[in-house]
Parts: sequence; structure tokens; C-alpha cells
Amino acid sequence: MLTEKPETHSCSGHAGESSPELTDEAAAQKLSMSRRNFMKHSAIVAGAAAAAACSAEDLEKFTTHRLREMTQPEVKALLKRLEADYKKKFKKDVDVRATPAAEGVKFGYALDLSRCIGCRRCVHACVKENNQSRPNPDGDRNNPIQWIKVLEMEKDKGIDLSDANPYYNPEEVPREGHFYMPVQCQQCENPPCVKVCPVQATWKEPDGIVVIDYEWCIGCRYCMVACPYGARRFNWAEPNLPADQVNTNTHVLGNRPRPKGVVEKCTFCIQRTRAGRYPACVEICPVGARKFGNMLDPKSEIRAVLESKRVFILKEDLNTQPKFFYFFGI
Amino acid sequence: MAAAESPQQNPTSRFEPLLRAFLVVPLAIALVGSCQSTPAGKAAIDLPDPSHSGPVNLPPPQSGLPPDPMHGQKEEAKGYAVPKPPLSKEYWPCSDCHNESQPPNRTRRELKDDHTNIHLHHDEANRWCLDCHDAENRDVLHLASGVTITFDESYRLCGQCHGTQFRDWKSGIHGKRTGMWNGDKQYLLCVHCHNPHSPHFKPLKPEAPPVRPNLIR
Repeated sequence: MLTEKPETHSCSGHAGESSPELTDEAAAQKLSMSRRNFMKHSAIVAGAAAAAACSAEDLEKFTTHRLREMTQPEVKALLKRLEADYKKKFKKDVDVRATPAAEGVKFGYALDLSRCIGCRRCVHACVKENNQSRPNPDGDRNNPIQWIKVLEMEKDKGIDLSDANPYYNPEEVPREGHFYMPVQCQQCENPPCVKVCPVQATWKEPDGIVVIDYEWCIGCRYCMVACPYGARRFNWAEPNLPADQVNTNTHVLGNRPRPKGVVEKCTFCIQRTRAGRYPACVEICPVGARKFGNMLDPKSEIRAVLESKRVFILKEDLNTQPKFFYFFGI
Repeated sequence: MAAAESPQQNPTSRFEPLLRAFLVVPLAIALVGSCQSTPAGKAAIDLPDPSHSGPVNLPPPQSGLPPDPMHGQKEEAKGYAVPKPPLSKEYWPCSDCHNESQPPNRTRRELKDDHTNIHLHHDEANRWCLDCHDAENRDVLHLASGVTITFDESYRLCGQCHGTQFRDWKSGIHGKRTGMWNGDKQYLLCVHCHNPHSPHFKPLKPEAPPVRPNLIR
């Protein structure tokens, strides 16, 4: 039990209610209100004031469930609200879907390191497709985000991640004596990022894609620390997404425009792959180094790679079990 | 089964198990073998039956019109949705010039009069134009066997030497695929990415690098 002491400081609300000549203790006695009661009442008053100040929409946002626990009508309502928000913000119709994972599908990805020339077409196609924040050097705070990072490494040294250079910018690629290794979310079967999330805002879907609930993410960035591949990005500022560059085909767990203060990452283009299409990086790659498909389908390209090439995964010793494979096709 | 019954006529024979093995095992092998060789067991992307192409597939050369690009192609193209080959508008159809008025010169030589923009850098020590282009009908190509094929099927020509790449291309590992991962896929011909006269993939200018974190303000 808390005891009232004469030297206890009072907060302004309490002081305002009492007459100025009385001490705090006397005032408390006069009102016969314990500190606990006072806190309770002021919390109710503050809560009521906050509720009155914010709109019904804000209240709805505050009381919403996480996406995984929502019923169908609740998901529909969320999509409707998001679409209305985007309409207001970008002055155009943004289609937000919540297409679920298909039965009997486990996505896998393979990248042929002997083909990749490091041209970064995939990086920029990904930025456009997935509504990532563009560089904005003149803004208040620059927040450029790219989900794919292409590492340049020396052939003599082999795969040496500590000595890799993502900032290469020669006239032409590939540079003599170098090879290139694009790294993005590895969609682990045993994802460490999911384990550390304190609010369970990120999880692995049945088709193997690790997704983030942007409504539920609190921006603590534990997942970024846990990810051994550096695949997650944080919105340090309001994303710079010009209205004319918005991709209006979006998924609620994927490329829909994100708010400030949430983590985002590659989702194998969930908005495309759940509709049967290839990810944007696969379609843009000029050398055809990127392969994608359903690992449970024996006729898929990814199965052909897994069965006929010697594939490897990054940081195998960590037991993250990525579904992103690298191989040398030649 | 009739063959397997014969030892049963003499059940006392101590050679029965041996006989049974000799008779039944080859029969079983023959049966299994015949099942595997049925056409139904073949993959959809198997090479077309060689008997399918051949001289009968020659486009009509006398008409002067370019050959039907899908001629002889409809059966073979199952599984390969290939776009039209990137034929030069300037030169195609080849028979505009290479017709009766210009009999083929089969002497191996450096081209000085026309096609000077083509620099062969593709096993040039051993090969030249007419190893792939057909001397009699320039609107088609020919395989090493002499079988002529249209430009739409040029992957068959490339696959003669580049067998591993051809195998990977068929299974979707070599080359780019666009479309649906679980449905219609768009293949590309070898020549959409590789210039057949100089096939090495040309270097590209890379797109902008990421901003260094220390430069982000």
C-alpha cells in the first residue's frame, strides 16, 4: 500500500482541484481520495478526453485485432479502410487484397550465381513493384529503401560476405574478376525474425512466405537484429512514395504503402505470386538467373533446379532453413 | 502367364523355383520395359519426333512469300510458348535477295559485299554461314542432319552443340521465363538473348547503387 507523505509532489490536476492555501496532504484528506483513486479517475478522464478528441476511425484502428485473428468481415473492413486512406492520400484507387495462401504450395526460389551480372535491374524493379520509399535528398529525412542488395565479390576470394561491396558502380558490369550475389529475404522455414517479435506481428504463412502485419508492428526492430541476412528494412521516416509511382495492385501483407515506423521486407511479391504470377525480380532479370516456383510441384522449375543442380543456402550452420537457394548453373 | 504355368505341370520337379525364376523374371522385365516406353509416359516437353519435321516441312519457296512462321511448329511448340524470332526488318525475308537471280556461292569466305555488319564470333575457326543457314532456301535453317527448320525452331539448331543448355532451357532453368509460375509460361528463343553470330552476353550499365547509410540524412 502506498502511504501518503507530506513531501509527496502532486500533479497539476490535483493541485487545481484543491484550494491554493491547503497543503497536498490536507487536500487529499479533504477530498478523502486516495492516490489510487485519484489515478483511476484521472485515467478515466484522460481516456475519455482522448476518445473524444480522435475520430471514430482512429478509435477503430486502436481497437482493431491483429490481422491473423480477424474474421472475414473484419478483414474486409480493414481493406476498405486502407483503400479509403490511400484514395485520400494518393488521389487514386489502390486495390488492396488479402489473397490467402493456396493449398499444396510451398514457394521456393533459386538464383544462378554464374549467370548474375550484377546489373541491379531486380533491385529497381522490386522498388517499383513493391511501393518502396524512394530516395528523397531534399526532404526532411531521406528514407530510401531497397529490399534486394546485390553484393559484389572477388572471384579469387570466393563467397566472403564480410568483404562484399554493395556500392559498386562501374560503367559496365560484370567487372573483370568479380561475381555478384543478390541477397534478399530468404523466407526461412525456421525464421529467427518471427521468434523474436514481441507482438507477433510477423509470421510464416502456409505457403512459406514470411509476412509482416504493418498495422501491428510496433517498430522495435528486434527482427532486424535477429535476421542473419540483413533482409529487413525500417521506415525511419514517412516513406517517400510519389502518387504517380504507386503500384495500385497490392496485398495487405505485402506491397501496400507502409506507414512510418514499421519494418518491411521481400515477400516473394505476394501480390503477384498468390495470383499465379512470377515475382517482379524474376521477370526483369535480363540473364534469367532467377528461378521461382512451387517446391511441391515435381514439374516446377524450382524442382528442376533442386534436383539437377548443386544448390547451397546462405549461413546453413544457423539452421534457418532458407527457401532461397543459390547455385552455379555452369 | 502361360509360360509361368508350365512348371506347375510337374509339381515334383525340384527345379521348379529355378525354372520359375528363369521364365517369370524376363517376362516381368519385358512387361515393365514396354510400359515405360509408352508415349503416355513421355514428358510434355520432350523433343518433337524427328519424323515430324523434314523435307515435308519446307515452306513453299516458289511463292516468294515468307513462310508461315508456325508451319510445322504447332505440334512441337507444345510447352514452349516462344515469341517470334527477332528477324531484322531490313533483311527479312532473305529470299527477297537470295532467290533464283542469285545462285548460292558455297565457297567459304569473308563476306565483303553485304552483311558486313555481321562479325562471326561463334566458333568462327570451324564454322561459317552455311553451316546453319540453308543454301537452297535462305528463309530456313538446317540441322547437321540436313533437316531444315524454320527460324521459330532455332533452339533445335542451338541444342545440337549446346546440349546441357538446351536441356536446362527445356526444364526452365536456363533462360528467362515470364508469365505464370503455375500456368502459361513465356519462353524466349536462344536468339532473344544471345546474338547467334556473337553469343556471349554483352555487359550492361548497372542501375544506381544504394545510398550509403552515412550519406542518408
